[in-house]
Amino acid sequence: MVELKGVVKYYTRGRQQVEVLHGIDLSIADGDFVALMGPSGSGKTTLLNLIGGLDQPSAGSVEVAGRRLDALSGRGLARWRAANVGFVFQFYNLLPMLSAQRNVELPLLLTGLSGAERQRRALIALALVGLAARAKHRPGELSGGEEQRVAIARAVVSDPKLLVCDEPTGDLDRQTADEILSLLQRLNRDHGKTIVMVTHDPKAAEYATRQVHLDKGLLDGSVPA
Amino acid sequence: MKYLGLVLAGLLRHRSRSLLTFASVMTAFVLFGVLDGVRTVFSEGTDTSGQDRLIVTSRLSIIEPLPYSQLARIAAIDGVQQIAHANWFGGVYQDRKNFFPNIAVSADEWLAIHPEITLTAAERDAFLTTRTAALAGENLVDRFGWKVGERIPLEGTIFPNKSGSNSWTFDLVGVMRSGQDEGSGFANELIFRYDYFDEGRTQGQGTVGWYVVRIADPARSNDVAQAIDALFRNSDAETKTQSEKEFNLAFAKQFGDIGLIVSAIMAAVFFTVLLVTGNTMAQGVRERAGDIAILKTLGFSGVTVCLLIVTESLLLLLAGGCAGLGLAALGLPALSRALRGQLPPLEVSVDTWLIGLAIMLVLGLVVGVPPAVRALRLRIVDALARA
Repeated sequence: MVELKGVVKYYTRGRQQVEVLHGIDLSIADGDFVALMGPSGSGKTTLLNLIGGLDQPSAGSVEVAGRRLDALSGRGLARWRAANVGFVFQFYNLLPMLSAQRNVELPLLLTGLSGAERQRRALIALALVGLAARAKHRPGELSGGEEQRVAIARAVVSDPKLLVCDEPTGDLDRQTADEILSLLQRLNRDHGKTIVMVTHDPKAAEYATRQVHLDKGLLDGSVPA
Repeated sequence: MKYLGLVLAGLLRHRSRSLLTFASVMTAFVLFGVLDGVRTVFSEGTDTSGQDRLIVTSRLSIIEPLPYSQLARIAAIDGVQQIAHANWFGGVYQDRKNFFPNIAVSADEWLAIHPEITLTAAERDAFLTTRTAALAGENLVDRFGWKVGERIPLEGTIFPNKSGSNSWTFDLVGVMRSGQDEGSGFANELIFRYDYFDEGRTQGQGTVGWYVVRIADPARSNDVAQAIDALFRNSDAETKTQSEKEFNLAFAKQFGDIGLIVSAIMAAVFFTVLLVTGNTMAQGVRERAGDIAILKTLGFSGVTVCLLIVTESLLLLLAGGCAGLGLAALGLPALSRALRGQLPPLEVSVDTWLIGLAIMLVLGLVVGVPPAVRALRLRIVDALARA
């Protein structure tokens, strides 16, 4: 599913170039649930952004779902993301003026589906995360855990093969975090989603099938969970 | 249409700010609708075609008198059916703020050439037989509480009388009812007999302010107008013949170039709207950088996001602008009524709507494009890191 070879990423800060990733080689198989761990500043989110097609490597190749992302244009990457990846963030990133259902529908606006069909699929996705009854509620009317469920529903509504999750439980209490992680685990086991999850939390990492450690822009090696 | 919800969500994210901006746009366009209605009245067409009444004034200025001797020569021109004459008096009733037009007219001819003035037979007879007689418009009578039979004193500001004072007294013998709506100017005028005025004044005897000419065939109005002016070309009193409407507008323009004043006010108003709306849009997009980054993350292209923001801006301007012009359209008839016929009926014309829509579109693009370009250039990872 994911194949990274010799991936280097640097940012330009003023006149300085800061190299964040120093030649990463990484393979993630279809159906894996990978926890990407490491200290702050180790390059976890940068690596996740490259896998999710949000950013381009400075060198090396990134191939996801059979597509070389480093060769795509900005518009090509946008189209690819819409069709292949679902995103879950630490702070949910829902649009506050839209109801849960309308938030979930957002990725479907880019398809040719009718309004009724978009609505139907959004409600199915919300039912999958146990929030069908809160479809008309706005994010401000939901708890943190519920907001994250809506974000997960939005991530899966267009049925992508890959989910990238950046600290999905970082803003939640333990019990709610466990519920969210169980939900992700279910999506991985029952629905075959490949999941790459950045986390600091060793307990969260236990839900994954594989852990990958990153330190100072280098992989430590893969450790089976 | 499927993106409309997103556009509205963007606009309503900061509801109070958007409402205030909407209100300022609406206010600007109310002002535009009203002022453009006034400007239109002051700058309507100059073609005399189709008018059955022409006004002959001095070519130099409408305040320059013309010799009475021209009357017979104008009346003899082919196509001229009737002729009357008048002179601006400029008298003040009690206080200068009580301004209204008061005019010395050739009594019989004046009534004949203005059949829209409705009088009873007794009022008409009294006006034609009483040298000091005056007729007042119905609005004036209401305004000052005058009664028929009352003596109306006016203080002359231009013409002293032979008794050595500026005081002139007239006998109100009737009320002019136009029989039409507020469009008629008679409702606010006072007219009295020219013979009484001409004999009583100490200067300018034998001159008139302007002639009113009724023509037999309105289709020939341009020809007749040109024939009158040609008759007096290179004389001591060259004339300028124009339609009645054009004359009224020229008279009003003595107070200033209304078009220029209106344009200057509107330029200032729209510049302010540009700043207010531009600030709202820029601030709104800056605050929504996280939302925009999410849309891009989900696969919305930069161009789509750009178009969403420009649409927001256009929608704000169009909603506020149309509401403003709509209010102006509703309010102008009331303003016309309040002016009691001092101006022709005011309205928001089709031209004003079209100009207004063009201004809304231009302003919408000018304020929408810069933040849209900023959104286009927004890097997802930077915006997400800041969110």
